[in-house]
Amino acid sequence: MKKRVRTFKSAIWLCVAVMLVLAGCSAGGGSSNNGAAAPSNEASNGGAAANAGTASENAGGEGGTMPKIEKPRVAFVYIGPPGDGGWTYEHDKGRQYMEEQTGLKADTVENVPESADAERIITELAQNHDIVFTTSFGYMDYTLNVAKKFPKVIFEHTAGYKTNDNMSTFFGKNFEASYLSGIAAGKLTKNNQIGYVGAFPIPEVIYNINAFALGAQSVNPDAKVSVVWSNTWFDPTTERQAAVSLLDKGADVLMAYQDSPATIQAAAERGAFAGGNDSDMSRFAPDTYMTNPVWNWGPYYTMVVKSVMEGTWKSQQYMGSMQDGMVGLAPLGAKVPDDVKALVEEQHKKAMEGTLDVFQGPISDQSGAAKVEAGKSLTMEEILNMNWFVKGVEGTIPN
Amino acid sequence: MDFITLLLAAAIASGTPLLIATLGGILSERAGIIQLGTEGIMLMGAVSACLVYIRSGSLWAALAAVVLVSAALGLVHAFMTVTLRANHIVSGLAMTLFGAGLSAYLGKPVAGQPLPGAFPRLELAFLDGVPFLGPIFGRLDWFTWISFALALGLHLLIHRTSWGLHLRAMGDNPATADVMGIPVQAARYAYVVGGAVLIGLAGANMLLVYSPTWNEGMTAGRGWIAVALIIFARWNPLRALLCAYFFGALDSIGFRIQLEGSLIPSYFLKMIPYVVTILVLMYLGWRGRGKPSGSPESLGLPYIREQRL
Repeated sequence: MKKRVRTFKSAIWLCVAVMLVLAGCSAGGGSSNNGAAAPSNEASNGGAAANAGTASENAGGEGGTMPKIEKPRVAFVYIGPPGDGGWTYEHDKGRQYMEEQTGLKADTVENVPESADAERIITELAQNHDIVFTTSFGYMDYTLNVAKKFPKVIFEHTAGYKTNDNMSTFFGKNFEASYLSGIAAGKLTKNNQIGYVGAFPIPEVIYNINAFALGAQSVNPDAKVSVVWSNTWFDPTTERQAAVSLLDKGADVLMAYQDSPATIQAAAERGAFAGGNDSDMSRFAPDTYMTNPVWNWGPYYTMVVKSVMEGTWKSQQYMGSMQDGMVGLAPLGAKVPDDVKALVEEQHKKAMEGTLDVFQGPISDQSGAAKVEAGKSLTMEEILNMNWFVKGVEGTIPN
Repeated sequence: MDFITLLLAAAIASGTPLLIATLGGILSERAGIIQLGTEGIMLMGAVSACLVYIRSGSLWAALAAVVLVSAALGLVHAFMTVTLRANHIVSGLAMTLFGAGLSAYLGKPVAGQPLPGAFPRLELAFLDGVPFLGPIFGRLDWFTWISFALALGLHLLIHRTSWGLHLRAMGDNPATADVMGIPVQAARYAYVVGGAVLIGLAGANMLLVYSPTWNEGMTAGRGWIAVALIIFARWNPLRALLCAYFFGALDSIGFRIQLEGSLIPSYFLKMIPYVVTILVLMYLGWRGRGKPSGSPESLGLPYIREQRL
């Protein structure tokens, strides 16, 4: 009998081990792509080692430009799944566009958390790639750390402010499109209460909320914008709770600076107009979709990869705009009245001409103190470091 | 007043998956089998509901798939714990890891996609304008109504029927139950599988009703809260109802406090449900020193007829 028990036990441990291995294989959802990321073309481990070797020899003493690479191996790091319908979806569309234009094939790793895991994954990618795009604000320091270790590899980081000889940062003036969305929201609200689900209290989100509020106030001076922080970029369940709490408090138009359409879905259930971010999200709520800023990364990705192929790549801080097409405005929802559409269109034209100045004085902060005097405007640097809310925004920015 | 009503409505919405998962756990643990696979089974339930619903467009097919998948997982857990007499905790943890990993893998093609339709609601027109009840019960979905019935039904089953008596006997003293003529092994299989089906449906509830888009790890620890709720509820389905809504309220109170203009950083507000779980467990442990916890006495112990362990 005892022996039987023992065989039972080993059978159990075998089962557990098999399950753990299975779970391990799939738990790394993202890293399974990573496995496939082993370069399928000419480069093998040897190639990577050679690359690292020359890198250490040439470390330092390099100017801004990087040597020409005829067939660069490209990798993308995503914060969410490409199916999120928003942020990562647009980056993935940009990648596909770049692949079509250059004939290259890029590797992708999705669902990479903004933690030490990111640094590990970026390091792994740097070992056998020439260009690594890290597409979320929170990857900034990790990207920089890895960039310093791999001076031969080019890094392109989204939405940050730190650069290196081999690391650029790129983003776009999406606040112009937030301003335009604000105009629609200011007109659509009936009780002047607009709700805003913000991801994190960082400048990128803050200046978009401010631009949105200024847009709303430009057509409706009484419009108030209540802000809740979800403290996540992508968590539909949490985003939804935040949206519902805003609706419960009385908001009748919602906006979300989040990667998922959860807010739009929650608003639709109560017949409230809403906009999201990053991508045209009308398919998630055909009847109550308002509009929101959208990204178009493809041309920029193509430009970067081509400049590497031609040997003209330089480290830079790239700021796209509605003019150059990196930022756009999603078509206004089917149920948005025509007069509202006309108002938005009027300012949209100005933005396309490059004459829309969103942060133009006079602007005062929440306490009413003047922040921007009449006749003046905020500089790009001031906008990118914004840590205060304009008057009419209700919410707090934690220190 | 409005604040309370709306908070209760939100508490029911976010408490329902907790409630169903807790009921599933109670069913299994009343029979003496610890169920720690909750998180993994919930995720598998959610992902199978999503895959089938998006592909077929049929809610019934989706629910049937959830039942099948979670029953299969329950069967594996039952085989491990009842037949192989594996450590319940290890088997449950393996189930959680397995479910989390496999669901992330299977869910890749549908991650972030909207569902073809919302879960049908029961519109109670006569409640319109009734102050408290209207906003809470006026437009609830069927799933939530069924969860009320489930809690009540399981309570009656466990405490008012001879089946329940046998179930409790099996959890407290399987040898005695065996002598009474209850087929302990077979019945344990049935209850573990039944419990797993409920847990899978809890995951489906999260996906179909609460947050209609699949994403990796969408239960975000709710399975573990459900495990703790079994203890808070002292293995009693009706108490589980109260505990689940209490935690549902905690889950959604953070944003509401933020909106009231509180100065507490939002990061702390987000920790509320988890911190309270720990505090309540500590309090119950301290208060219950030396008293019976309400736990089935043979919980976690394997049983083989005529064998001493």
